[in-house]
Amino acid sequence: MSAITRDEVAHLARLSRLALADEELDHFAAQLDQIVAAVARVAEVAADDIPPSSHALPLTNVFRPDEVRASLTPEQALSGAPAVEDDRFRVPRILGEEA
Amino acid sequence: MTELLHKTAAELGRLIAAREVSAVEVTQAHLDRIAEVEPKVNAFLHVDPETTLAQARAVDERIAGGERLGPLAGVPVAHKDVFTTTDMPTTAGSKILEGWRPPYDATVTSRLREAGLVILGKTNLDEFAMGSSTENSAYGPTRNPWDLSRIPGGSSGGSSAAVAAYEAPLSTGTDTGGSIRQPAAVTGIVGMKPTYGGSSRYGLIAFASSLDTPGPFARNVLDAALLHEAFSGHDVMDSTSIHAHVPPVVEAARQADIAGLRVGVVKEFGGEGYQPGVLARFHEAVELLESLGAKVVEVSCPSFGYALPAYYLIAPSECSSNLARFDAMRYGLRVGDDGTRSAEEVMSMTRAAGFGPEVKRRIMLGTYALSSGYYDAYYGQAQKVRTLISRDFDAAFHQVDVLVSPTTPTTAFPIGERADDPMAMYLADLCTIPTNLAGNAAISVPCGLADEDGLPVGLQIMAPVLGDDRCYRVGAAVEKALEDRWGGSLLTKAPALEGLGYQHG
Repeated sequence: MSAITRDEVAHLARLSRLALADEELDHFAAQLDQIVAAVARVAEVAADDIPPSSHALPLTNVFRPDEVRASLTPEQALSGAPAVEDDRFRVPRILGEEA
Repeated sequence: MTELLHKTAAELGRLIAAREVSAVEVTQAHLDRIAEVEPKVNAFLHVDPETTLAQARAVDERIAGGERLGPLAGVPVAHKDVFTTTDMPTTAGSKILEGWRPPYDATVTSRLREAGLVILGKTNLDEFAMGSSTENSAYGPTRNPWDLSRIPGGSSGGSSAAVAAYEAPLSTGTDTGGSIRQPAAVTGIVGMKPTYGGSSRYGLIAFASSLDTPGPFARNVLDAALLHEAFSGHDVMDSTSIHAHVPPVVEAARQADIAGLRVGVVKEFGGEGYQPGVLARFHEAVELLESLGAKVVEVSCPSFGYALPAYYLIAPSECSSNLARFDAMRYGLRVGDDGTRSAEEVMSMTRAAGFGPEVKRRIMLGTYALSSGYYDAYYGQAQKVRTLISRDFDAAFHQVDVLVSPTTPTTAFPIGERADDPMAMYLADLCTIPTNLAGNAAISVPCGLADEDGLPVGLQIMAPVLGDDRCYRVGAAVEKALEDRWGGSLLTKAPALEGLGYQHG
């Protein structure tokens, strides 16, 4: 029995915003199945009473004074944009045709 | 001026400061070397002699004007192409960022510039630093100067190859699961992963934010320490940056004395899956440490066996979130925007076209591990394992001052051998990953050549959080003793790349 099915991988690709071709899905499904089966070994560790670590070192929130500092100009911020219009990022339509 | 190529960075810095040689001369010698060997090595994604020589001229002018700069002023450095640079493109080895010119410099970049280092170019890497061989670069693999048919390690393989091929005396890297130490080990050079938060992530294109750590490569331990010191330290632009002084790494590299030091050999790293020649050199290194006055004991870290699976849940989870920013809207590639498609369709087409297979695998794996219903079993459990690994380190460092292991289970493997076998590739980081999960410091230093293939083997030295200086102290002691034995550095045994004479033997 596989750890992860091809349908699940197709769903993950949609969630991940990756428009994968059918043959890519077949290939990744086989590989991800193998990887998920291998990483599932973490379940062998008895860790019920162990706190999770999201980070290696203890962190505290960092504040800075709320002061105006130098930042990117609009020209700099837009310098790498695929499309620009009126000093703004131009993007494809966000809503469906009928919305 | 080929003799300039073989000098240490420390020596070059002294000669430039004393105006016995100019930064321009040193830079030109390295640019010439790059032109000569790059067709074979492919360590660089971008080299721009004009921009680089202008930096060198500026340093020479500052020195001529009487300015006192740091010990590496005028010394060239190859810069991993995952740090943003305003004067050179930054691609992270990905088609999705092809030709991107960042509008700001990474903190590591700014600090290199402030210290007067001359940036020679941007080095190749596995796409978004995901990989152990540099084969995942969208711009073709880098080759190992020891054997051009083999990998130079990864993800910082361009940086390791550039230093091993004498294209640069120094280079930068980033280490998320071993991406500095493993490439250093397989190319016979020194690579250091500082304590997490000891070097700034600002302007470092993120892979796994709780693990990513910038660090140095060099051909000797002192040079690595000098570069470490030059770009490390607290940064207000990185909220996980540690508010502490940089550990005294340069002093430790000069000290190189380990009499009375307690060294722990990690019991779990050895045996099946380890190449005999790697284990032989490692055991000799341990004997050497004893002969230098260290007290060696075996230490058990029982959770380390689960570090690899935990890492391949945590790192992909963080990556799936971090790489969501590549949405085809504000910068980078955009595909399929023909006026009929929605933003979501354009986004999905762009990401499919712009990301390579390993990045796609990890994004989907991370998305899976973070899905409701699987979160507790995978990501949550991996985070608990992470706690146990930190506890293993804490317990070990109550008994010993440093831990040692081979840096990698094998020497450099042939290009293509593991390219479509992700699990085989992941094993390259077996010994380096625990340190990333726990956030402590570790270095790889050369400890000889494996008998089977004549390729370099690395000794990993792990120290507690903010114990970076111990890595340098032990590394320098090992280096000194081995170089006395070898009659020079390990790299002098590497085949020459000059001319047409290179043949894989």
